[in-house]
Amino acid sequence: MVSPTRTPHPRERRIIFKNIDRPGWTNDIGCYLQDGGYEELKKAFTMKPEQIVNEVKASGLRGRGGAGFPCGMKWGFIKPGGTKPVYLICNADEAEPGTFKDRYIIHQDPHQLLEGMIISCFAVNARLAYIYIRGEFPLGAKILENAIAEAKEHGFVGKNILGSGFDLDIFVFRGAGAYICGEETGLIESIEGKRPYPRIKPPYFPAVLGLYMSPTIVNNVETLCNVKYIVKIGGAEYANIGRTNNTGTRILCVSGDVQKPGYYELEVGGITIGELIYDVCGGCKPGRKLKAVIPGGSSAKVLSATDRYTIKTKQADGATLESEIGLEDVRIDFDSLAAVGSMAGSGGIIVMDDSRDMVWALNNINEFYAHESCGQCTPCREGSLWMKKITERMLHGGATDQDTGTLLSVADNIAGRTICAFGEACSWPTQSFVAKFRDEFVATAGKTGNGQSGLLSPK
Amino acid sequence: MELPAELEARIDEVITHFPVSKRSAALPLLHLIQAHTGYIEDDAITWVAQKLGLEPINVLELVSFYPMLRREPAGKHHIRVCRTLSCAMAGGYELLDTFCKHAGINRDHNGHGAHILKSEDGKYSVEFVECLASCGFAPVCMINDDFFVAVTQDEVPQLLEKYQ
Repeated sequence: MVSPTRTPHPRERRIIFKNIDRPGWTNDIGCYLQDGGYEELKKAFTMKPEQIVNEVKASGLRGRGGAGFPCGMKWGFIKPGGTKPVYLICNADEAEPGTFKDRYIIHQDPHQLLEGMIISCFAVNARLAYIYIRGEFPLGAKILENAIAEAKEHGFVGKNILGSGFDLDIFVFRGAGAYICGEETGLIESIEGKRPYPRIKPPYFPAVLGLYMSPTIVNNVETLCNVKYIVKIGGAEYANIGRTNNTGTRILCVSGDVQKPGYYELEVGGITIGELIYDVCGGCKPGRKLKAVIPGGSSAKVLSATDRYTIKTKQADGATLESEIGLEDVRIDFDSLAAVGSMAGSGGIIVMDDSRDMVWALNNINEFYAHESCGQCTPCREGSLWMKKITERMLHGGATDQDTGTLLSVADNIAGRTICAFGEACSWPTQSFVAKFRDEFVATAGKTGNGQSGLLSPK
Repeated sequence: MELPAELEARIDEVITHFPVSKRSAALPLLHLIQAHTGYIEDDAITWVAQKLGLEPINVLELVSFYPMLRREPAGKHHIRVCRTLSCAMAGGYELLDTFCKHAGINRDHNGHGAHILKSEDGKYSVEFVECLASCGFAPVCMINDDFFVAVTQDEVPQLLEKYQ
């Protein structure tokens, strides 16, 4: 039981999710081959590795895991002819709250991922690759192991792939319930058999120094699937999908208070938040109004339905035009969401209506980060827990008038003071919730209660 | 510690996945042993350390870090309910309570790092976990390795019935 089967919305452009919920589709290699599978791999072997890297650069593909870093540039950090072996890791540790796309690719279309991975390994000359899948996907791990065995039988993985002289081994590595393993250097430490403490930067990129002190490329599942498609249609053609600097499609994962939550693959920047919620997801629940949207996984800063943003757009003649827009008019792409102070992140969009208590929502998020902080850096280890304690006591009526300010100051003292981006990820929710819904926090903190802790349900 | 020959063979095969460093096999081995024994005993820690040429602390520090590794047995059927935002908005907390009620589990602790809550007969155990990555079909849960979406409280007795 993976998901209720549903047909794509007419506004969708399904490329990566082409086979998800497709009638008659199965995840075995026979079905994939019948549908033209592994043709792009054959094409890739007619190209030089540098050519593939150049196509990916030309495509403008940005990473789909959360940071949105240009994939071709990341690959470009690998210098051809180096003496150390190169490794490639597929980051399938999908754990950012609100995100649920990689699960469906792994379960329903594992060969698409493998084909993208093998092409990518050939492009960066990696002969050993791992798929780091989160521990909570036991079935996904089995499906991938089976898919790798099938690919091996067909000569797509192993020695001298399709007579190209290129050798590649791919193994599945299971995590064990730690969100921090999604951070690429924590992930690498985890594969090395250590605690997944993120590494001190610089070097900023595992492509410089990664797994076993060697150059390593870490790419998200969706990113690797896009590589296969780029080889198919070419980088220049791919760059025509979406918008400048925001190319391709993205799988938007919508959850929370909408009539039709689910996954929708859309051209990047091809839709606004309002269109997504009202046209695609059927709007808010009956009698409810939109209150807030977290646009890129729980780490992204929350946006309020009452927000007004000043947006600068470049005109054809080069002049800059300033305009004021509301939340519903914000385009869903990397640059537009950054421009309104949040981020596209992992594509997880959590919608909240006017029935939601923002202190309760933030407390739920704070509990997540308090649990998931790896404990390496003091500001994050202590601060994430304090933020949770403060929002919890607000809800239980044991807070003081100063607590809203204290909460904010704790958050302000984490971001920018930690080894990895978890520091920002855990403080951005608090900073943005308090900034946008301050009155609710002050009012809740002012309530008296017995201060007892207990179960915190949404009511 | 005695392990079945089949499991040892599987362990030896998994170690070959890591030609650069055997230490990498520590977490995969712990997964295999927990799947077999149900939890990680002290003996398992020294056994894995010896197998991979590590100090026991190198293995213990993994067991004490990763939430999925257990130092004590769970119930015969282990239930994981998602606690995070989208599931919580869709009734994840109430779902957890309903599981506890029907599985005969006394639930008086709301938090992480607690011992896994078990029914007295040891048949069921329950754990509140973080985002299981299916937020659009909330609330979600796992029973053993099986995954369930859009679970209503009414479905809980039938679900438990399937796991005897």
